[in-house]
Amino acid sequence: MLRVLTAALAIASGVIVLLGYFLRQTFPILEQLRLLLTDWAIVIAGAAVLVGILNLVSVQMEKLRSRQPGGLYGALLVFALVITFGLGLVLGTDHIFLRTAMEAVIVPVEASLLAILAITLVYASIRLLRRRTDLMSVIFLAAFLIFLVASMPKPFGPIPFVDQLILDVMATLSTSGARGLLIGVALGTLLTALRVLFGIDRPYGGN
Amino acid sequence: MIALLILILAAVLLLVLTLLRRRSPAVFRKIEAYERLNHAIGLSVEGGTRLHISLGRGNLFTARGGSALAALAMLRRLTERASLSDQQPIVTSGDASLALLSQDTLQSGYRAARAEDQYRLTAGRLTGLTPFAFAAGTLPVIRDEDVSANIVIGELGAEAALLTDASESKTADLIAASDNLTAQAILYAASQQPLIGEELFAAGAYLGAGASHEASLQTQDILRWLVILAILSGAVLKFLGVNF
Repeated sequence: MLRVLTAALAIASGVIVLLGYFLRQTFPILEQLRLLLTDWAIVIAGAAVLVGILNLVSVQMEKLRSRQPGGLYGALLVFALVITFGLGLVLGTDHIFLRTAMEAVIVPVEASLLAILAITLVYASIRLLRRRTDLMSVIFLAAFLIFLVASMPKPFGPIPFVDQLILDVMATLSTSGARGLLIGVALGTLLTALRVLFGIDRPYGGN
Repeated sequence: MIALLILILAAVLLLVLTLLRRRSPAVFRKIEAYERLNHAIGLSVEGGTRLHISLGRGNLFTARGGSALAALAMLRRLTERASLSDQQPIVTSGDASLALLSQDTLQSGYRAARAEDQYRLTAGRLTGLTPFAFAAGTLPVIRDEDVSANIVIGELGAEAALLTDASESKTADLIAASDNLTAQAILYAASQQPLIGEELFAAGAYLGAGASHEASLQTQDILRWLVILAILSGAVLKFLGVNF
């Protein structure tokens, strides 16, 4: 019974939001309902963040309890989380301590990951032909190298006509390709949404 | 108005094709990545190893939510099939709502496989709320949890490279797809069998999720042909000097 009710509620909400978007001028009430439902959803999503953080804490504590690898890092994470959360509640998020914590811890850590990412990407490109030796991989790598050479600064300055020609051709090809991919993704998204709307897929645990 | 018409057309096609597909299942072209995924599920069940499914960090309130919903549909099917394994699958996400839905979906999958007692709430995890925090939280799962295959499907950015690299260093299978163009380029270079563009949304049909998923894929194909036709017609009309 509960499953039928959740499905009915989800489908009804989806239909109202969709109709509110398309028929907002003809039926202003639908637009008001759409905004109301969206507001409720945003509040629920905010609460979901807290539930998600509790989930993160319970996973890390379980790691520590069962002496899994990285359990100590988990304990450190939970400790830092509790301290930061507590101070955030007491002092407010604009306090100098919390801003310093952000700038001195999170920004450098993310910057370090970005640096690792750059090396990882170069390594992945080098290994591409070892992983897959087919025509598309060769074209992918060749396009990447040509684009890199055309766009990089050179000691003698840009090569007249050639650099710009390469960049123009690449821009046209990549824009067309990207649009093709995005149209495909948009159609996929549309059909996925319709399946949820018809109750065929029930990601809220109803099937 | 055009958007509404496309929506109605897609809905009608989906319903009609679902009814048709119930009578005669569709035959699809071979996609290597999904062949590999089916193989990886079998190996995980036989070898008693774990599947790691990462749903990315697609926010359900944005247009990126589509890939997250497709990933959840795939997760439902994967859970059902992998429920026989000694080690239950782990699901990681970078969005709180998505993490909650992944827990619900895992539970539904176990329930459908009549193995609900195997479900653990900690199998669906939120690993971080920013792109790099998500990646940093997901890396230990790939590295330390006896994972034999990583299935990374959903909205990701450049941080996808860190996940693919970790998977490769553990010589685990990797099946990855994203709706994000940056991530697609990275995954093309870094995974053994990349899934390009809308192939992400075909997961359900290729994992045997039923007639509606097959119909959905066919509807996508029909709509794609209509888009191609519209683009070509527009180009011809423009060439002939017809303004519209």
